[in-house]
Amino acid sequence: MELSIHLFILLPVLGFLISLLIPAKKEELISKVAFTTVGLSLLSSMVFIGLWLVKGLPDLNIRDFSLYKSINYDFFIDFYFDKVSAVYLLVGAVLTFLVTVYSRYYLHRESGYKRFFNTILFFYTGYNITVLAGNFETLFIGWEILGISSFLLIAFYRQRYLPVKNAIKVFTIYRIGDVGILLAMWMSHHLWHENITFQKLANYELVHHYLQAHSSIGIFISLMILIAAAAKSAQLPFSAWLPRAMEGPTPSSAIFYGSLSVHIGAFLLLRTFPFWEHQLLIRWLIAGVGLLTALAASLIARVQSTVKSQIAYASAAQIGIIFMEIAAGWDILALVHFAGNAFLRTYQLLISPSVVTYLIREQFYNYTPRKQTIESAFGKRLRYALYLLSIKEWHLDSVIFTFFFSPLKKIRRAINFLTLRNVLFFFVPLYVLGLSFAYTQQHLSQEIKDVLAPVVAFLALLMVAKAYNERSSSRLAWLLIVLAHFFVDLSISFNDEFNLKEAAVYLSGVVISGIVGYICLHEVKAFEHHGIGLNQFHGLIRRYRSIAFVFLLCCLGLAGFPITTTFFGEDIILTHIHENQVLLAFLVALTFIINGIAVIRIYARVFLGANSRSFLTQSDLTA
Amino acid sequence: MDSNTIFFDEHAVIHRLQHYLPSQAALKDFVHHNTLHAFQHDKFHEALQKASTIFGYKTYLSLDEFRAYYRAGKIREDILEKVIAEQQWAALQGTAAAAAAVSRWKDKVLHQPYEGTIGPRIGQLRENWKSSCKISLDKVVHPFLFRLLSTYLDQGILIWPFPITGKSFLEAMRELEQNKLTSIFKTKRAHKLLLEGNSTLKDLLTILIGSEELFEQYLFDQQFAHPGWSGLVSVIERQPETLLDPRQISLHDLMYLELLLEIDALDNKLGSRWKPLGRLIDKKPDPLFAPVTDTELQQVLKIWQEAFEWSYFDDVLSGIRLAHERTPGDNKSFQAIFCIDDREYSLRRYIESIDRQSETFGTPGFFGVEFFFKPEGGKFSTKACPAPVTPKYLIKEVARKNSRQTDAHYAKHAHMPLQGWLISQTLGFWSAFKLFVNIFKPSVSPATAYSFQHMDKHARLIIENKDGQTEDGLQLGFTVPEMALRVGNMFRSIGLVKDFAPFVYIVGHGASSVNNTHYAGYDCGACCGRPGAVNARTFSFMANHPEVRAMLKSEGLEIPETTLFLGSMHDTTRDEIEYYDEEVITGAHADLHAQNKQVFEKALALNAKERSRRFDTVDTSKPLPQLHEEVKRRSVSLFEPRPELNHATNALCIIGRGSLTQSLFLDRRPFMNSYDYRVDPTGKYLLTILNAAAPVCGGINLEYYFSRVDNEKLGAGTKLPHNVVGLIGVANGVEGDLRPGLPSQMIEVHDPVRIMFVVEHFPEVVLQTIQKNLATYEWFINEWVLLAVKDPKTGEVYCFKDGAFDPYKALHATPEAAEDVTAYIEKYQDNIPVLLTK
Repeated sequence: MELSIHLFILLPVLGFLISLLIPAKKEELISKVAFTTVGLSLLSSMVFIGLWLVKGLPDLNIRDFSLYKSINYDFFIDFYFDKVSAVYLLVGAVLTFLVTVYSRYYLHRESGYKRFFNTILFFYTGYNITVLAGNFETLFIGWEILGISSFLLIAFYRQRYLPVKNAIKVFTIYRIGDVGILLAMWMSHHLWHENITFQKLANYELVHHYLQAHSSIGIFISLMILIAAAAKSAQLPFSAWLPRAMEGPTPSSAIFYGSLSVHIGAFLLLRTFPFWEHQLLIRWLIAGVGLLTALAASLIARVQSTVKSQIAYASAAQIGIIFMEIAAGWDILALVHFAGNAFLRTYQLLISPSVVTYLIREQFYNYTPRKQTIESAFGKRLRYALYLLSIKEWHLDSVIFTFFFSPLKKIRRAINFLTLRNVLFFFVPLYVLGLSFAYTQQHLSQEIKDVLAPVVAFLALLMVAKAYNERSSSRLAWLLIVLAHFFVDLSISFNDEFNLKEAAVYLSGVVISGIVGYICLHEVKAFEHHGIGLNQFHGLIRRYRSIAFVFLLCCLGLAGFPITTTFFGEDIILTHIHENQVLLAFLVALTFIINGIAVIRIYARVFLGANSRSFLTQSDLTA
Repeated sequence: MDSNTIFFDEHAVIHRLQHYLPSQAALKDFVHHNTLHAFQHDKFHEALQKASTIFGYKTYLSLDEFRAYYRAGKIREDILEKVIAEQQWAALQGTAAAAAAVSRWKDKVLHQPYEGTIGPRIGQLRENWKSSCKISLDKVVHPFLFRLLSTYLDQGILIWPFPITGKSFLEAMRELEQNKLTSIFKTKRAHKLLLEGNSTLKDLLTILIGSEELFEQYLFDQQFAHPGWSGLVSVIERQPETLLDPRQISLHDLMYLELLLEIDALDNKLGSRWKPLGRLIDKKPDPLFAPVTDTELQQVLKIWQEAFEWSYFDDVLSGIRLAHERTPGDNKSFQAIFCIDDREYSLRRYIESIDRQSETFGTPGFFGVEFFFKPEGGKFSTKACPAPVTPKYLIKEVARKNSRQTDAHYAKHAHMPLQGWLISQTLGFWSAFKLFVNIFKPSVSPATAYSFQHMDKHARLIIENKDGQTEDGLQLGFTVPEMALRVGNMFRSIGLVKDFAPFVYIVGHGASSVNNTHYAGYDCGACCGRPGAVNARTFSFMANHPEVRAMLKSEGLEIPETTLFLGSMHDTTRDEIEYYDEEVITGAHADLHAQNKQVFEKALALNAKERSRRFDTVDTSKPLPQLHEEVKRRSVSLFEPRPELNHATNALCIIGRGSLTQSLFLDRRPFMNSYDYRVDPTGKYLLTILNAAAPVCGGINLEYYFSRVDNEKLGAGTKLPHNVVGLIGVANGVEGDLRPGLPSQMIEVHDPVRIMFVVEHFPEVVLQTIQKNLATYEWFINEWVLLAVKDPKTGEVYCFKDGAFDPYKALHATPEAAEDVTAYIEKYQDNIPVLLTK
């Protein structure tokens, strides 16, 4: 029985791969593949869950192969199945199936029909991996797939400015959540000295034993989990991304942001509940985040004048309540609530264009003119202030910007020294020098190394910051991101025993993606007279479809997504930072976050988002 | 208009802006109009070029598309050569030099590569903020400005309505700002300026721009950065009744607040010491309305456009020329009067071919009776006649039997935290079930815009006015002389003055769809975007009225006592007909009605089949009943973005007797207005017909044209990501501008050609007639619509050009002949060529 869990991964993967191969013109075949894949998944999950119920709801764990193994590190795939997985699997299958059938007709003749179904199947793969994952590592793979497919679906109308801008915004928030998981993995590695499975987490004695000795580590891990969960589930302070994600075709908004994707944060909490169950502080914190979100989001929902943003905030508020339920330990209630909320919001979004007909008819028959109410001056002022603040979404949209990106932009001047010349003639030699030091250990004393590690990591951070701020040369930005990886590697070499094999695992993906990506940019630049500077969106995907696709893969490779070995590399890098080196961990984590954002920014600016609606974009009368 | 005035005149500028902004009203009042109406006083091609240079619109298909059409045979070679010869070398025609020139141009048209991007004048000035100060005002100001606007104007999406009522937009913002706890703005200056309230637009522009000669251009740039919102505000300012819940908003208020927000954004980013825009730029931008220069690419596109149009019209006119007068004196089985709508043409074609004794007519679907309609329980009344008319009459519905259904999924409680908690755990699961049913077995639901719901079949209408009764300032119903006047005019205008059949069906039309924000555009345009059932029923009542008939008889229009008029409505999406007041049918009439109904049923099914050939997802060769069912199912399917294709492919407006087109198959492309020149020798009724048809059919045609050639700027883009804003418009996502125009799903099969009017009358009469009304004449003389005339005596066809009628010699002597069109219908997805049938 356990092994049939693989089916839920293999089916969508297979469907996804087949759908990639079908020519874009064959709408019917594409939709049939999607229909069959998701239909079979739904059918088999119903059968499977039926059998599982008969067997008395056992908790299943399947330990699969190791993807990467060394003496003190083992990255293995593991699956786990319990009631949480059961509900998420079933709801996911039902909704994906319904939305697939819906979209077969709805997207008919839309350019991007194939892309849509590719992405849906890719998303579904990621979703199933996430909800069936048996350890953080496996979950992280699924988690990253959800992130990319979200980006691709929000930016589905990739020639328009707003979808692309908002896709980047959402990606940014997701990236913060990703690093939350990465850091949780890092610390838990130090806590357990292994890659722990969720099954073991459910073992109360074990968890209790470990946490008693290391309570602050426990709190740190839980906090990171909470950040990841809050980012993905649009809880405070991240809520404002949810309505802005509604840029794709309505069915994709329905399934992603109305239902499945946005409830993944709640899933993460349910999954890790046994770990933080006895950390009272964390439980209160989660409940607090949930409560505040429920209050703020429902206030904001009340002043939304567009139907999709109203549903988005209402959904975020319900998820806030789900967070509270989970914190209170009412997991069954939370699961029922998740399923109901997911179904309701999907349906509400799918029928959202109908509100015009329905509500105007209501207005036609039920309208009564509103009367001016009499109240105290203070009451009035308070009401106005509350109203205005809610329209401004309690400044939630600018919170992340103010605390994260503003400082980043402010250092633009300070890092202007990172020019192409300086990079090539100073930093590359510097790196080689550093490398020779690092691997001929005897010259350096431990004290120097202890200082060097964070200093070098800080240089890496500056490089990605410069890449993020770069306005003109896309190739310089790209080079800096590549070089930053090398500096991170160097920093870790100073810090700990870091063997060449591990360095190779980490850097091989970087080197390949870096070189291929550079060639892509070079090719495009050669054809474009006006250059591909990063101060504007060029929308070149129109002309360079295949280059854009290859470049996207390179971006993902460079950002450490699970397509190259760099994915393990990032995890391995972190295992070499000791649990007491908070500064170094912080620098490296920040580098990873900004690296991902900078990479996707280059992709978006060069290939996406030149919206022909804006009057500044020129219309082409010939093509 | 040719040069910008140096001094800033607020009123003049606002007036000019209103002229150029999109003029689409709120969603519920969707009425088609010429998207580029602002340029209508220029000749078509010149106007298009101007619009393109100033605003950056694409105004033709792209060169590549034209060339592809040529290769596919949609544009004919002989026509292309003819157009080149006429356009470029009219003076030299026939000479050798002309022949050489034609072949040189033909080469350019077919093969020469062109560099063809347009850098519009609009937006150039305001762009300097970005290049000089590295600030994108659009990005900072737009989302919040749109939010304020939509919150203020909202018609029923908000759970917590805007707290200030009865005040104008700017006043309301000022009051909101007075709360002292939080501010609309981030900085002090804008806050102060708003609260003090003694600055004018000019003062604000002085802060922001400095140089007065740039003010107007800046405001154009600013407002055309979000034409959707500005256009709607300007429409609401002029027609406040487009919102049921009224609001006072003006373009002035919008610009005022937007200027404040821009000052605020600049203060916030640059501190208080920044230079006004006028002092930042070294080179003045091109004035918006400076003369436009002609480019060779424009010439080529113009040639292509004409060639494209005439490749179709050449066959139409050769077919029209061949048409013969029909043999008179038949005993009519029944007659049916439809709307001129292009969607009714194919149904009429089927009715006449199934029952050869039947006869059909076309007239604008309000049937000449103009009134407001108030359904029982309604708090408002809706206009049931063309939009520009303001009726003085009210028709009321009483004794309604069907009640409205509600659906909890639209209830706002689901969005509140606690109720939402309960609802999502209960109704949530019901949603999954409903979604399942909706996907696998769609049916009519409260969410459907269902044509037959507009008026209850079993309700009564108050049509006749007794004792001068009035309601809401309108006369309740019509008096007998008022009825007789309208009925008589309608019959004379369509030429039905004798040979009445025992049954005359008056067929209005409406449409049904679900999940369709543009539903109002699917209903009858002549009834102001509402289903036409009330008008059909009202007209039949009047024509059946004994006193009305007596009055008409005294005027010489005799309707036999045996003739019965029956109101009914055709649902163009579902291809169903509902008959009203059937209880008046008695005796022998009942059998006749039963027979006629069968004819209608069969014609409806065949019509559904013909329509279905355009739907990729339907197999047209299926047995008729299944096919018809499938077409009906589309109209109630949530996931179907194309329940019907509406006016797509429209290209003709034929004003004449049925015989003109009886032997032709014109696909589903003509509007058809019945007209008999013999009844109207002086063109009196023709003028009325053209006064209505030119703007209505021309408006529909040009809206389709422009939405098709530039779906991004002049259309609404794809409807799939649309988000409903305040029940008044749609936007992309939650931060985008409103999107007026038609969504891509409505126009994708449309061929952008100008509509051609074909009138059956003597050229000199038509010429006199069109010159009587300048507004109508502008459509023809400026070539926004084309005009041809068939001389009923000689059978010759003439085309209108530069104020005169010239004889037209078709290059094809006769269109393709076809015994049976079924093969075309089942195999062909593109436009079917003009066919000679029978």
